[in-house]
Amino acid sequence: MARPRNLFYVGRVLFSAGALVGLLLAAVALVGMNQVPHTAVLPLGLPDLPFHLRLDALSAFFLLLLGAAAAGISIFSAGYFRASDGAAPGLLCLQYHTFLAAMAFVLIADDAFVFMIAWETMALASFFLVTTDHRLPEIRRAGFLYLLIAHIGALSILLCFGVLQGGNGDYTFGSMRSASLRGAWPSIAFLLALAGFGAKAGLLPLHVWLPEAHPAAPSPVSALMSGVMLKTAIYGLLRVTFDLLQGQLWWWGAIALVLGLVTALFGVLFATVQTDMKRLLAYSSIENIGIIVAGIGLAILFKTYGKTLLAAIALTAALYHSLNHAFFKSLLFLATGSVLHATKERSLGKLGGLIHRMPWVAWLALIGTLAIAGLPPLNGFVSEWLLLQAFLFTPSLPQSFINMLVPLAAAALVLAVALAAYVMVKFYGVVFLGRPREPNLAYARDAGRLERVALVWLAAGCVLLGLFPVQVIALLDAVNVLLIGATVYRPEAGWWLLAPIAADRASYSPAIVLVVTVVVLLLTIQVVHRLYHGRLRRGPAWDCGFPSQTSRMQDTAEGFGQPIRQIFEQFFRIERVLPTPFDAEPRYYVKAEDHFWYWLYLPIARAVDWAARRVGAIQQGRISIYLMYSFLTLLALLYFVG
Amino acid sequence: MTHVPLWAQLINVLAALLLLLAFAMLAQRRVLTLINLFAAQGFALACSTAIVAWATGQAHLYGSAALTLLLKVILLPWLLHRLIRRLDVRWDIEGLLNIPTTMLIGIVLVVFAFNLASPIEQLASTITRSTLGIAMASVMLAFLMMITRRKAIPQVIGFLAMENGLFFAATSATYGMPMVVELGIALDVLVGMLILGVFFFQIREQFDSLDLKHLEKLKEGE
Amino acid sequence: MNASGFLSQLLQLGIALLLAPLLVGWVNQCRAWLQNKSAPPLLLPYRTIRKLFLKDAVVAATASPMFRIAPYVVFAAMALAAAIVPSLATDLPFGRAADAIALVGLFALARVFLALAAMDLGTAFGTMGARREMFVGFLAEPALLMVLFTASLISGSTLLPTIVDTLAQRDLAIYPSLAFAGVAFTMVSLAENARIPVDNPATHLELTMIHEAMVLEYSARHLALIEWAAALKLFNYSCIGLALFLPFGIARGSADAAAILGATPVLIAKLALGGLALALIETLSAKMRIFRAPEFLGTAFLLGVLGMLVNLLLGS
Repeated sequence: MARPRNLFYVGRVLFSAGALVGLLLAAVALVGMNQVPHTAVLPLGLPDLPFHLRLDALSAFFLLLLGAAAAGISIFSAGYFRASDGAAPGLLCLQYHTFLAAMAFVLIADDAFVFMIAWETMALASFFLVTTDHRLPEIRRAGFLYLLIAHIGALSILLCFGVLQGGNGDYTFGSMRSASLRGAWPSIAFLLALAGFGAKAGLLPLHVWLPEAHPAAPSPVSALMSGVMLKTAIYGLLRVTFDLLQGQLWWWGAIALVLGLVTALFGVLFATVQTDMKRLLAYSSIENIGIIVAGIGLAILFKTYGKTLLAAIALTAALYHSLNHAFFKSLLFLATGSVLHATKERSLGKLGGLIHRMPWVAWLALIGTLAIAGLPPLNGFVSEWLLLQAFLFTPSLPQSFINMLVPLAAAALVLAVALAAYVMVKFYGVVFLGRPREPNLAYARDAGRLERVALVWLAAGCVLLGLFPVQVIALLDAVNVLLIGATVYRPEAGWWLLAPIAADRASYSPAIVLVVTVVVLLLTIQVVHRLYHGRLRRGPAWDCGFPSQTSRMQDTAEGFGQPIRQIFEQFFRIERVLPTPFDAEPRYYVKAEDHFWYWLYLPIARAVDWAARRVGAIQQGRISIYLMYSFLTLLALLYFVG
Repeated sequence: MTHVPLWAQLINVLAALLLLLAFAMLAQRRVLTLINLFAAQGFALACSTAIVAWATGQAHLYGSAALTLLLKVILLPWLLHRLIRRLDVRWDIEGLLNIPTTMLIGIVLVVFAFNLASPIEQLASTITRSTLGIAMASVMLAFLMMITRRKAIPQVIGFLAMENGLFFAATSATYGMPMVVELGIALDVLVGMLILGVFFFQIREQFDSLDLKHLEKLKEGE
Repeated sequence: MNASGFLSQLLQLGIALLLAPLLVGWVNQCRAWLQNKSAPPLLLPYRTIRKLFLKDAVVAATASPMFRIAPYVVFAAMALAAAIVPSLATDLPFGRAADAIALVGLFALARVFLALAAMDLGTAFGTMGARREMFVGFLAEPALLMVLFTASLISGSTLLPTIVDTLAQRDLAIYPSLAFAGVAFTMVSLAENARIPVDNPATHLELTMIHEAMVLEYSARHLALIEWAAALKLFNYSCIGLALFLPFGIARGSADAAAILGATPVLIAKLALGGLALALIETLSAKMRIFRAPEFLGTAFLLGVLGMLVNLLLGS
């Protein structure tokens, strides 16, 4: 039992146990949200530095997110990992559950040591999970990049904690709350936190690891990273900004808002030109994180001007979007996992028509696609609705510069949302609809029973979060009270109507929208079949009478993204190989790359290389030189000590 | 909101129209339509001057309005039409940047102008002082049009549109300026037009085209 | 929500469903008059829809259930939008269920389902139409949202009944920001309803189509529902435009059957004028190349943003 090699045992028993633990965690968090914060001190760690743990509303919310999403992903993993993947199942199970446990500890940490230990464990465990298939060099490279940027971020977070403790030497969060920082120190702490947590969340410009690491990892791991790990970074940012720092400044909010919106637009633009389905979803995660950070920035802005109700609405929108994203992004990544297992293809140019062979996966992925595109009555629409309502309130701010900035910000947000719908139609249409682009797709099999259960769980989450926003907001109010001191939930509006500010200001009822749409739909079907008829014939597709239609005639992924690529050409670094009429084997190849590599990372890499070579001049290779170094050091020490 | 009199509302609408036309000129590709838009902007300007004259009772502004009507709506567009007929310039204009980017920069300039104008607005004492921001924005948009165009005619129209914006700022936001200044500016503009007309012919003779990038050949060492 | 409110809601929805094909017929007639051609009969769209319902449906062998469900979903979304837009009365119960942002969301839902159904068959035209439709939608949806935001900044609410109430109350007040919003809205409606200069509703050249390319494979009752939904979309856009810019004659206060029926002639008159204006615009413009559509819609979007900025500056 200590070294489980039996795949069945590992899969069915251990992962299912993990899923149950996840559900338990979510239930505990749900109960703990409305209670007084519990604290605990564990006598682990160094002699004078025990582990402090604390469960308050903010931790409880993110624990709920972790538990609920991880339950679904664990059930999926129970049925997903197969012997042919080449990874030792026991090792994988250990790494997976270490990853989950580390994330849980990050969320309940109450001092900097526990936080950093759990953070590092999280990074290492996920590194091992990402490089599961370590025989391929590009996966090793992706893992290395991921670990590198994770450590740069961790360094920044460590420095931030160093600033926050304000000279006391006591690194518990409790003492950080009461430390009074003066001058530029709070701003420095905020910027360090933004950089450090932003690196983990995937904000520009430290986002380059995300599109490499998420596709390289196995699909359940990608789902866990995208759905849950990025949210721990959001948790960290919220904890530092609203809880550990006493007051905020308006320009922090402005920076977070602008950075978030730029990240969102960048992510979604790059998603439109991707040809690998997991990279597309990874860039889409960058976009959603950008939206969440923009919401946080707006909350900071409102709070600094004392408009606590509006700050609570913006914060609620950001938290709701985190929860939504955990559900629909995990659902989509798991669906791609099923597709990958069934077809062994990751590239969008080799998929298609899978709705016929894999109906369960296809129809549940449709719910995820509609949710992420922000369509009513699902959950993505609710969080975007809340965020847009928060934007419309900003004319009440006293500073006119921010007033002017906000229509531009709202415009950028709606652009990102509209483009997200475009990207998701491309994703779903190319993978599941149309005709199969490769002949061996005819052998694709639908997902197994456990995988279906997981997909249904996550899809049900999307639907329920979309239909009952009032109840979710009532739950989130505990976090609002903790961080900002205002509540959003209005009990008099009714359980079916979402009216956050005042009922005559704005309201939305997803239940009515769904009910009316379904009623009209069914009524129309019935009326048409009664009054006329329901006769149907099958035939070949019309296609303007073109006789021989092949599957190559439908749009490829590059083709679908071509209009966007053409308009926004300056934002990409495009490499194109076009065939000439004289090629014996014509090839068409388009690659859209990130400018940030060439502007930021390669110059830094070259600078580091240059510095390393200079320092390397010390290494002469002759023993007498090394002995001389030791001798000089000895002399210097004797001089200083004496 | 305090009750705003009808004439001030009309001036606000005409200000919005001015900004709309400035934006439309920025996005316009054909020279013919550009000149017509410029004439429309002059007409809006004349109307707003007349309304200010009626509301504040300054008779000399009627004269300003009439002068604007004569020059900007009738004379200058006619001159420009004749010019482009003789130079045979009707084709599409390609700018330095593409149109959506130009318009985005235009929006940023508008935000900048609005913010610049708001502290000044606190000091002014007229009811229509909020149109100062719009006037500044029109000036900046016209300047942007001058910078991002490659052919010579749109640059001239940009220059004239700048003057439109300044004139609007002077009359509507501050209820008019002395007639002397008014006449002086009008004369400047007319003389400028004449000189530019002669200049264009010389350019065309020299380079056989009105594309201004040919002027770069005059650099030393080329 | 009591029974009489519910009934008047149904009455408005019924009138909208009835009037929508009439609007399409009227626009076609005006266009024919302006182009000096003999016009098709005014009730032709009704006869077309009925004819289509009577036919047998032919569905491609490679179609999935998505293809057959999509027309019903699109129709249901457009019908719900028709129930929300205050075309005849403002005090409707469903008006509280979905505000301006949700209205744009409903249009997006219809667009996404139609695009997915077009991609379902895997034909070249279907995917091309889907790509172009999502592209136009990506630019038009933000522009429409900006226009609605301008209106909601003026009226202090995103609920359509409240917007109409506020705009109808001020007697002959002129809002400069609405001038920008009006131009932007006209451009967006032309693009979204597949009118010249963005798309030609009467074309048979497939390479120039957007909307027609998506519904190429549909026949019989599915096509009838999609045609009706397209007419409803035009009707909804016209009613939104009339509600924002010409809100006179809409029954405010309590909305009972008598008030709704009393407001119908005014609506018909306003729609007739709107249809004539649309036909005029279509006759005077030429269809743009598809590559120019981003500039057209980008201009509309930026005008919408400008409208919001002007509103913040001038306070109206």
